[in-house]
Amino acid sequence: MSAATFSPLAPTAMRIGRSLIGPIVLIGIWWLANDSEWVSNKLLPGPFATFSSLWDSIVSGSMMKDLGATLYRTLYAFGLAAIFGIPVGIALGSNDRIYRSVEFLVDFFRSTPATAMFPLFLLIFGIGDFAKIAVAGFSAWLVVVFNVAYGVMNSRKTRILAARVMGASRWRIFRDVLFFESLPQTFVGLRMAVSLALVVIIVAEMFIGSMNGMGHRIIDAQQVFDLQQMYASILMTGGVGYGFNVLFIALEKWVVHWAGR
Amino acid sequence: MNSVVDFSSHVYEEATDKTAPSTPRTHITVRGLTKKFGGVPVYSNFNLDLPKGKVTCVFGPNGCGKSTLINMIAGLVPYDEGDILFDGKTLKQTTIGYVFQNYREALFPWMRAIDNIKYPLEIMGMSKADCDTRVQELIASFDVQFDLNRYPYEFSGGQQQLISIMRALAPHPEVLFLDEPFSALDYEMTLFIREKLQEIFQATGVTMIVVSHDLEEAVYLADNILLLTKRPTRVADTVVFDAARPRDIGTLSSGAFVQTKARCLDIFQKEVRR
Repeated sequence: MSAATFSPLAPTAMRIGRSLIGPIVLIGIWWLANDSEWVSNKLLPGPFATFSSLWDSIVSGSMMKDLGATLYRTLYAFGLAAIFGIPVGIALGSNDRIYRSVEFLVDFFRSTPATAMFPLFLLIFGIGDFAKIAVAGFSAWLVVVFNVAYGVMNSRKTRILAARVMGASRWRIFRDVLFFESLPQTFVGLRMAVSLALVVIIVAEMFIGSMNGMGHRIIDAQQVFDLQQMYASILMTGGVGYGFNVLFIALEKWVVHWAGR
Repeated sequence: MNSVVDFSSHVYEEATDKTAPSTPRTHITVRGLTKKFGGVPVYSNFNLDLPKGKVTCVFGPNGCGKSTLINMIAGLVPYDEGDILFDGKTLKQTTIGYVFQNYREALFPWMRAIDNIKYPLEIMGMSKADCDTRVQELIASFDVQFDLNRYPYEFSGGQQQLISIMRALAPHPEVLFLDEPFSALDYEMTLFIREKLQEIFQATGVTMIVVSHDLEEAVYLADNILLLTKRPTRVADTVVFDAARPRDIGTLSSGAFVQTKARCLDIFQKEVRR
């Protein structure tokens, strides 16, 4: 069959097919490693056993409870980060003097591993759920602040001048120009923030006394040596992170339709 | 050709008053203007009168501050000392329009083209109905054939610059500033926008200040060519070109045009070699 006879769908099908090659090869190697016992079966269950374990946990609802708890904490932390991060970022970005005076603090805490601050947040908020949310929210907040401020500072000066020459007040320039100018970078920040919030929440669920959540589930399965369940939970957690990323990229494309054009 | 632009709702004084063409009234007065960049004066005690209802093209050597001059007059760049008045009024009391060189960076890509054009009217607090009326008026007078409900990046460069010009003209400015309006356009679009500007000027008689780096273009559009010196910038000379409008390709090969251009070039070269 010559290329000319392909339907218009063919290039799309080809692209999807090509993007599946990597995962299929990885699962193949996984299966081979398990089947030929390159890696001890005690450490690596087979892919099909793992996927069926994943399916069973989803259907039985036991994983959904943990998944729900993790999603709730992650989105709670992310929501706080976005609500408090965007206005602070815009304020910092539009005032050079304020930005310079806190630049070091932002950079310092951004470079501090969130996990190092667990004990501090436990002291402040107790060992309840909110300590986890607060530490994840704090890390995510810094990412949002930094990116929004950066977006505002690097906005095109011409557009601000254009608004000013038309007689726009400072507030109108802020609302009609600066906000939109910073949106592409804001979305970069939000995407990074949700990933970071998920990472911190998972680690917090593992180590700071949680009764549920995917982090708790993974470490629990490891403790009782239920490796199928451990791998299944890791896969699900990866799926959540990937899902967030895809969702935010789609949202970004829709909202910031002018980016790069 | 000049029937295309008709701003019937707004009458510009100079467009109707043809009784005293010999001594045009001064529109913009610049007195004692001083501007330093990092302590080095670019303008020092600079004086200038720009005529009302005329096209003035600003031409001069690289880095002499052509754009800086119109940006100071338009209030985009602060100056250290001096007074700039429009018919005796301050900038705040005056409606101006400004067309940037880089339309891509001057239009708001998050707004549809039509909302870009409405924006200065909204800033002025005009009602929605009046905004719509004014935009329809502009669309009719510019003979716009493309759909303005699309976003700026969906248009060609020339169309985007035309949208910028419509936005600048929407609030009936007394002065229209254009900072190298053609330099980001290809040749075909340059010719198109140049003719549009001429039509607008003939229909409205709005005072236009155009910064240009192309002498032919400057002379073609201008009533007055303002020639500037190297820094610290002074006025080298003002050359008048009074060929009848509408000007066309024939104008470019006319004796008056060639002579005026040669005279400007002569002054320019003397200033560059100095």
